[in-house]
Amino acid sequence: MAAVLDVTPENAWTALWHRLQQDRVGAVSLGIVVAYLVMILFAAAGWLARGWSVEVGVPYANPAFLGDRPNLEASLARRFEQKGKVPDLRDVDPLAPKYDEWARRTAELKSTEPERSMTLPWGGDRWGRDVLAKAIKGSQVSIAVGVVAALCATFIGTLLGALAGFYGRWVSDFLEWVYNVFTSIPAILLIFTLAAVLRSGPLAALFASGIWTVVIILAVTGWTGMYRLVRAEYMKHREREYVLAAQAIGASAASRMFVHILPNVSHVILVQLSLLVVAFIKVEVILSFLGLGVPVDMVSWGTMLSEAQTELIIGKWWQLAAATVFMAIFLTAFSMLTDSLRDALDPKLR
Amino acid sequence: MSALVAVSDLRVSFVTRRTSVDAVRGVSFTVREDATLALVGESGSGKTVSAMSILRLLPENAVVHPASRIAYRGENLLEASAARLRALRGRDISAVFQEPMSSLNPVLTVGEQVAEVLRLHRRMTSRAAVERAAELLAEVGIPEPRARLRAYPHELSGGQQQRVMIAMAIANEPKLLIADEPTTALDVTVQRQVLELIARLRERHRMSVLFISHDLGLVGELADDVVVMRDGVVREAGPVERIFHAPQDPYTRALLACRPRLDARPRRLPVIDDFMRGRAAAIEPLARPPAGAPALQAKQLRKEFRLRTGFFASRALVAVSDVSFDVSRGRTVGLVGESGSGKTTVARLMLRLLEPTAGEARLDGTELTGLKAAELLPLRRRIQIVFQNPYASLNPRRNIGRTLVEPMRIHRLGASEAHRYERARELLQRVGLPADAMQRYPHEFSGGQRQRIAIARALAVEPEVLVCDEPVSALDVSVQATVLNLLLDLQESLGLAYVFISHDLAVVKYMSDEVLVMRAGEVVERGTPEAIFASPQHEYTRKLIAAIPRGYEGRYSESRA
Repeated sequence: MAAVLDVTPENAWTALWHRLQQDRVGAVSLGIVVAYLVMILFAAAGWLARGWSVEVGVPYANPAFLGDRPNLEASLARRFEQKGKVPDLRDVDPLAPKYDEWARRTAELKSTEPERSMTLPWGGDRWGRDVLAKAIKGSQVSIAVGVVAALCATFIGTLLGALAGFYGRWVSDFLEWVYNVFTSIPAILLIFTLAAVLRSGPLAALFASGIWTVVIILAVTGWTGMYRLVRAEYMKHREREYVLAAQAIGASAASRMFVHILPNVSHVILVQLSLLVVAFIKVEVILSFLGLGVPVDMVSWGTMLSEAQTELIIGKWWQLAAATVFMAIFLTAFSMLTDSLRDALDPKLR
Repeated sequence: MSALVAVSDLRVSFVTRRTSVDAVRGVSFTVREDATLALVGESGSGKTVSAMSILRLLPENAVVHPASRIAYRGENLLEASAARLRALRGRDISAVFQEPMSSLNPVLTVGEQVAEVLRLHRRMTSRAAVERAAELLAEVGIPEPRARLRAYPHELSGGQQQRVMIAMAIANEPKLLIADEPTTALDVTVQRQVLELIARLRERHRMSVLFISHDLGLVGELADDVVVMRDGVVREAGPVERIFHAPQDPYTRALLACRPRLDARPRRLPVIDDFMRGRAAAIEPLARPPAGAPALQAKQLRKEFRLRTGFFASRALVAVSDVSFDVSRGRTVGLVGESGSGKTTVARLMLRLLEPTAGEARLDGTELTGLKAAELLPLRRRIQIVFQNPYASLNPRRNIGRTLVEPMRIHRLGASEAHRYERARELLQRVGLPADAMQRYPHEFSGGQRQRIAIARALAVEPEVLVCDEPVSALDVSVQATVLNLLLDLQESLGLAYVFISHDLAVVKYMSDEVLVMRAGEVVERGTPEAIFASPQHEYTRKLIAAIPRGYEGRYSESRA
């Protein structure tokens, strides 16, 4: 039995795992990306940053490490609250008889004014929400949008590129037309059009929940670059002798395309995928800024950055810093990881 | 005669992040003035590294041992400054490389490239340089040199490209021309012309040539001195007569013997191992079975490719026309011809990797042409192919085990997966590779080993017919012999029918029972190998036979006299 096991080739994924471990940069990047994914899962399950929208601090609460920094905005707001005592209008108000009923019903409702703290771990935003919690919850939305959209775009681009490159002739001609149509429309215009269709057209009800619209917009507009690269690679590889050899042993066209050629062009796809993730996270920021991205009741790095723009003028830099640091670490680690993945998948670079 | 370049105790290692490889381990040789020195060895023997050390054209990670010395007219080139080296390169010492297409800049015209060398080293005016470039092209035998000055490299044939490279190399009347396998990428008849050109230029310009080759037979025709290298050390060095008539080292003797001879057909070719271990090579003649019922038949095969010449217009390019042959089990049909003769197209037509325009290919009487993919699948099992380039025909991303098991899985051979792996191991053993090759990847093997793997893959489905498309052309002569012996062993034990394709007439003669000489898609001559060699009818066949390197006996200067 042992002898048989000896010659059974090492599982491709185990081999990949072993090689990733040897690559220190790759291992660290993998660790960071996995940490982010765990964080996102916890956030999605509600174990982490559940109360990101609760106003737990005073407006623009200082970060804990800058506790004694003067907070002009918070003291202004407090003064306003104290002053704002409602004058008695019982004598002139025609709705005065309802006052008692309202008072009774107000008493029935439980209204808790949370204890607003002066400082938060990484500061607060304009409403006194915890910036750290926002950044964690924002990672969930931004990364989900970026990664899912990039995977969708990669899937579309790879499939069409493989078909066009492998079969050539009319398949290629037809897909080239489709490609030309997509690339001849300015990208931002295409995004606006799709956003309009998906948000207010007959499909609007289907995608009411929010981030799926952004994912679809990005995937449908972003596959073209991948398509071109994959098509060129397939044109190059389909004539290679190892593909002819596979044909000679009777491998089907699908097997040649996706079992034989695909692993040989995977490095191109992986590098392009990592670029797409980075680009899509940035486009999500732009879309959210323009109001076409995630809905207002959600938070993403994009919405944080657009808020940060006005805050920065009055010297409240922590929201910008939080979003930027979260984004920079993830994007760098993700790029490095795909790079190591490329190396680890290449048998020549052991 | 005095020494032009004296290399003494040259040691070069390549340092990578983890390891250091000693490529050249203490090599000494002397290039005499006005003479040709040949460095001969297999790939990986360090011959190219030794020669390129003279020009210091080595990869970044090469480290030359400080005790090494390369004296060019008394000046140690290993200590020369970068400026001094630039002055020497292209003027005193120039080089011609193996691949003419990649050695020429594809976006500059031939004239510009030749003129550049002249302008750099001689400060010629542009006009004078172009004038001189035309003379040089005429000297290296390019027809209509003036018109060709404006041609781009892709407009020239491989042989003409190599002539342009040579023109650039001799433009400044160098003292030493380093020719690194200058003819390996060329057709045999063109190889002959280029060799003659180099020999003629050497005599006329009284320069020295350092000729690098893996083929001792080729070297014997033009070298004055020969240095035989293996694994980074010199095995034997001496004048060419002594190397050919009284070789001292067993390795030299092996190199001399392993090329198929034209006058004998031993049962197996002698290989390096036989000589290194002092084993006697087989001398009994090769026994061939008589022709029986044809296993594979080609009937008037024709293939046209459509070239688009305009928006709607296209023109037919006839790659193969009217090729017919039969081959029965245990026998071999040889196809011989130069690049562009349609040999490979025939191979692909037989496998139905290409659709013939007309004619048919029959396997055991069943017509292959016109079958649907599903009907073809069971027949694919019975006819297999081995490709020319073992570096390209194995999928680099999968290990050998997967490569060998896949065909069995497709054709549902073997009871279980474990069974198939068991059989894959047997196949590896059969082609002479260890079982631990299963988990390794193609790049970890040498060219000869890869070709064995490709043969094992073809055998995995137990075929009856094997089409070998230049199976040994990319291999060193010494490795060639082992692969040819393996093919003969397999044919004897499994009764395979071979279609054997090569540009090397000597190899085809050794392997085949019937030879078809092809040129421009047509069969110009056919017959038994003995008959073709004894009395070649077609002029082209005679040219091919004349192009076979004959070693010291076929020396250029003597043959011209």
